[in-house]
Amino acid sequence: MLIMISKRIGFMVLTMLVVSILLFLLLEYSPGNVAVKVLGPYSSEEARQLWLERHGYFEPLWWRYGSWLGNFINGEFGDSVRFRVPVSEVLWPRLWNTAILGFWTFAIMIPLSLILGVLAGMREGSRLDRIISVGSIITTSVPEFASTVLLSAIFVFGLKWLPGTSSMTSGFEVKQMILPVMVLIIYDFGYVARMTRASMAEVMTTHYIRTAILKGLPYRQVIMKHALRNALIAPFTVIMLQINWLLSGVIVVEFFFAYKGFGALLLEASLNQDIFVIEACAMVAVFVAVASQTIADIGYTYLNPRIRFT
Amino acid sequence: MSNIIETVTPAPTPEAAFMRALKSFALLRESTPGMVGAFLVLFWVIVAILAPLIAPFDPLATLQPMAKPGTVYSMGGTFWLGTDHLGRDILSRIIYGSQTVLFYAPLATLCAYTLGILMGLAAGYHLGWWDIVLSRISDIILSFPVLVLYIIIIATIGSSGINIIIAITFASAPGIMRIVRGLVLDLRNRDYVAAAQTRGESALYIMLVEILPNARGPLIVDACLRLGYVIITIGVLGFLGLGLPPPDPDWGGMINETRKMAMIFPHMTIFPVIAISSLILGFNLLADGLREVSLRD
Amino acid sequence: MPDSVTPYDGPVLEIEDLCLSYYTRAGEIPAVVDFSATLAPGESIGLVGESGCGKSTVAMAIMRYMGSNGDIVSGTVKFKGRDMATLSDEELRQIRGSEIAMIYQEPMAALNPSLTIGSQLIEVPMTHDGVSKEEASKRAIAMLADVHLPDPERLMEAYPHQISGGQQQRVVIAMALLSSPSLLLLDEPTTALDVTVEAGIVELIAELSRKYNSSLLYISHNLGLMLEVCDRICVMYSGEVVEEGHIDSIFSWPKHPYTHGLFGCIPLPHADKNARPLKAIRGQLPLPHERPQGCYFGPRCDFFKAGTCDQESVRMSEVNTDDDPAHRVRCKLWNSIDHDAAIPMGDAKPPAEIGETVLEIDGMQKYYEVRDTSFAAMISGKGVRQVKANEKITFRAGRGETVAIVGESGCGKSTFAKVLMGLEQATDGEVRMNGIDIGGMPVQSRSPKQLGSLQMVFQNPNDTLNPSLTIGAQIGRVIKKFGVETDPVKIQERVLHLLDVVKLPRDFAIRKPRQLSGGQKQRIGIARAFAGNPAMVIADEPISALDVSVAAAVTELLTDIQRENQTTLLFISHDLSAVRYLADRVVVMYLGMLVERGTTDEVFSPPYHPYTEALLSAVPIADPQVEKRRIVLEGNLPSALNPPKGCPFSTRCQRRIGEICDNEPPPVQFNADRHGIACHIPMEELRKVEPVIKVSDKKPDPAGATP
Repeated sequence: MLIMISKRIGFMVLTMLVVSILLFLLLEYSPGNVAVKVLGPYSSEEARQLWLERHGYFEPLWWRYGSWLGNFINGEFGDSVRFRVPVSEVLWPRLWNTAILGFWTFAIMIPLSLILGVLAGMREGSRLDRIISVGSIITTSVPEFASTVLLSAIFVFGLKWLPGTSSMTSGFEVKQMILPVMVLIIYDFGYVARMTRASMAEVMTTHYIRTAILKGLPYRQVIMKHALRNALIAPFTVIMLQINWLLSGVIVVEFFFAYKGFGALLLEASLNQDIFVIEACAMVAVFVAVASQTIADIGYTYLNPRIRFT
Repeated sequence: MSNIIETVTPAPTPEAAFMRALKSFALLRESTPGMVGAFLVLFWVIVAILAPLIAPFDPLATLQPMAKPGTVYSMGGTFWLGTDHLGRDILSRIIYGSQTVLFYAPLATLCAYTLGILMGLAAGYHLGWWDIVLSRISDIILSFPVLVLYIIIIATIGSSGINIIIAITFASAPGIMRIVRGLVLDLRNRDYVAAAQTRGESALYIMLVEILPNARGPLIVDACLRLGYVIITIGVLGFLGLGLPPPDPDWGGMINETRKMAMIFPHMTIFPVIAISSLILGFNLLADGLREVSLRD
Repeated sequence: MPDSVTPYDGPVLEIEDLCLSYYTRAGEIPAVVDFSATLAPGESIGLVGESGCGKSTVAMAIMRYMGSNGDIVSGTVKFKGRDMATLSDEELRQIRGSEIAMIYQEPMAALNPSLTIGSQLIEVPMTHDGVSKEEASKRAIAMLADVHLPDPERLMEAYPHQISGGQQQRVVIAMALLSSPSLLLLDEPTTALDVTVEAGIVELIAELSRKYNSSLLYISHNLGLMLEVCDRICVMYSGEVVEEGHIDSIFSWPKHPYTHGLFGCIPLPHADKNARPLKAIRGQLPLPHERPQGCYFGPRCDFFKAGTCDQESVRMSEVNTDDDPAHRVRCKLWNSIDHDAAIPMGDAKPPAEIGETVLEIDGMQKYYEVRDTSFAAMISGKGVRQVKANEKITFRAGRGETVAIVGESGCGKSTFAKVLMGLEQATDGEVRMNGIDIGGMPVQSRSPKQLGSLQMVFQNPNDTLNPSLTIGAQIGRVIKKFGVETDPVKIQERVLHLLDVVKLPRDFAIRKPRQLSGGQKQRIGIARAFAGNPAMVIADEPISALDVSVAAAVTELLTDIQRENQTTLLFISHDLSAVRYLADRVVVMYLGMLVERGTTDEVFSPPYHPYTEALLSAVPIADPQVEKRRIVLEGNLPSALNPPKGCPFSTRCQRRIGEICDNEPPPVQFNADRHGIACHIPMEELRKVEPVIKVSDKKPDPAGATP
């Protein structure tokens, strides 16, 4: 178990290193481009050379990468071209906002999708199963950008219940959170529910469930004690992977609702070629994704006695 | 390698192949969702093919700005779904937009599949170093949140049709590789693979003739799901302004261009939303139906 | 419970005219037709039949657990006088697991993988007897001791995957017996287990059913097993009982042609392939929706009479020629059949001549390296461990000879086949095929001729053919690959010829494997193996996945082709009856070691290696005239990762003589020229051992005897 955890963490560090090398090569390989991006297309050649020299861009490639990585680990990501402040000043508050958004999404979506998935998978082929299954296919089929438009057409323009933007300019407002959270849930819950349903349905056809029923256990006990424990192992991994997924999902939602979050920051940065912000955001995103994957793997091992005790 | 197969057995006639396809389609009849899905997909495919015949207007022509649905155009014809802020007919744009999406999405999926299958076969059949290297590469690519990856790629190489295909291939091939690898790991232990090995077949023959054809079932289902997903991706990129450059009709782009006006003119966004959602739904339902049918026997 | 207030002393189970159907897309499929049986307290009844005959469906119907698409069409199942169909769900639940309990075919699948064994056991008394957790644990521990499991307290905390298959089945048995059920349903409880483990389980079931006075309904395809556990049996064919009666009368005086046919398919200890070849039942089991009019067995029956057997459906009739009042048969002609001549018997064939040595194996070893990543192993520096899959294998096989390699799972017989085929390379020793050492020669570096001269028949019929290619394409590919023919027309001719050889219609060439039955696929596998005129064929459990009547046909086919082509056959099997029947020479393996080798007669009579002795005793024999000495092995098969230091069999050996067995590898002693036994016990001692199997001389052929 200990070995397994240290292996996973070792792999996580390795992945981060490879990703950092890729990013570095992709974005900083040619110093000329960096200077143009930082100083703008109308800067003079002289200014560019001066800037490059001051920031150590004439050192050998490996040295540049080393110091770049060192700065990165220390949290010095460079200055944002657009905001003219250190990247970390922009990044952390944005990340916090996204964390709030993600927290509410998960807090509602996970119980909802697990319950619906279990109910559907418990009696495969029943009317309830068909309704839940088809319903979840339909909700997953409406892309987020489509449901943002649809939902705001209904709740913002039609019923006029909710605000159309969530910029939180006058402090945190619950009302502004509702639509973004709703869009994220609608898009993602169907996937988790379907995975849970498939897992539950598979467990219900196993021989050990037959054993439990023919042992004369009450149906409730068959489900709660024998089925759920096995059926929820697979969805656990799926849910952890949804964190990775959510990082994609927030980009669209934040962009549409002008929510000052991490996703919107990354998108603005890439549209404006704000190179250091892109680097920082990408590294943070990959870190979160890899970390959640690591936790998922370790958790899976822990939940599954067949792997835990061998 | 295939000539021997055909010489020994009467080559399957085109009619026989057609009858077989018809039979698998008849199997799909058992699944109502699958039928609905097949219908939706077929509908859009026909629309795309017949676009020049059925579109009432030129999708790029500026005619009469912000016409409501059903408005009769002074020069003849009706804007059944209205026009957008630049006065282009929305129905025609949706019809031509289906061409765009049904060109790029299958092409990108096909590229991703070709690469993913090759990687998966190599990793799953040879194991050892092939497997370690290919799996690690995939793990690293898959550890990026997808959209972050797309944004970084498009921001670096610029947005154009070919670049979108490159980005989608790059980002989806690892996922396909994982599925193929899993299937190969199962199939490589079959006795018929051992039989092929013991008669000295090459690795390539075993991978392509003995293993790949028997993995087709799950791969077809996955391809349908992935097509839906690629359509979403192309739409999202269009929506974020990273998609195909205007003015070509692109459903995601149409929604982005008009969403600010959705308050006053909901028709401008609602119809493209319905179009893209129905096509994705079609692929998802089709995948679901195929899976259901394939599990039955 | 109401039953304890007024003691019930009637039959435990009464089934009357039960008809069961499944409803599918294709319509109603009758699974069981017109089934009747009565079971008295403490009695055991067996249901025997080939796969698809509906025997498991009966068990599920008794439990009223038919799934969503199955239903009882007509008839009644009465348990202790109560009609099961009238019970409410709650009443049914109270009976399940307390009054009627079930033991399943695959113990690993029957146990919940993520709950401890203890928690799965205690819920039985907690649910049915309402006792406290402590009391339930106490009962569970006592029951685990009753099923002879070591260290019950510790076992309670274990998960199912941590114990062996035999132990899992003991846990399932303990679970079933925890509430002392009056009826125990056993659905092929030992089919998934090794023979020596099976023997222990069978003995345990017999012991415990006496102790708890439960009635048994025992379902199996194995007639020999029935003889050991049942009082009465019902022989089922295609959804109906064709013959029922007391075990002795069925075995001694069978009346139904199908029962006769079954006996003709089973290899018995006193029969071999030359003197008394097996006689398969022709044709195939009809699919449930394609059953013929009248007698379902009609089209396969040698006594079929048009106008009598193909009219209305056949009812059971009493057999009054023996003193068994319960003996009944579903045949209109049973009285007019000459039952003495009815035992199907193949024609005797001259024994094949054994030619020069084809295969010579000398001290062959195959070791695998296994990386142990556990923390303890890392610390102790034993990170890489060796698994000795094959250790010092030595034997020879001549032209036209059949050599059987016998052993239970994990004995290394499949690894051995892989080394021969070149899929793995030997670590040490020599494997000479026609004089050339091929032990270290991977398949890629063998010439087409070498490849073609050594081919294999695989175990699983569903796995042996590529589902995507036609039969013709698959056989044609082999012919081309081995360079037998190159011209497409000639290849086509040879494909059709091979189909003739394996007695399949020529139009199978254009079929896909899924249109074939298991036996037919196995025939194609044989055709493929013989396509390149091989000098030697390795058959890895070629019949173990087939039903008896099909297996007999495949066995006969294999020996016929072998005889004609003078091919050396290496027959890998765990089934001693089949081995005894087929083989000229036998090699017995245990945990990768060769423990005994010699001619079939030498190996199957004293002196034995103690493991051979136990193996012989464990095999159920479908012949009441055969007397067996019972030897039940204790303990589990040791892990190949951590084998005993001395003799591999020392941990379970019934004749262990002392520490020398644990510490020193046994020497190979020779009884006769090529009859070697690897054992520490002196040969003189081994020679004194009594034979395990004795066939009484009075009735050499019981199936033919008349009262």
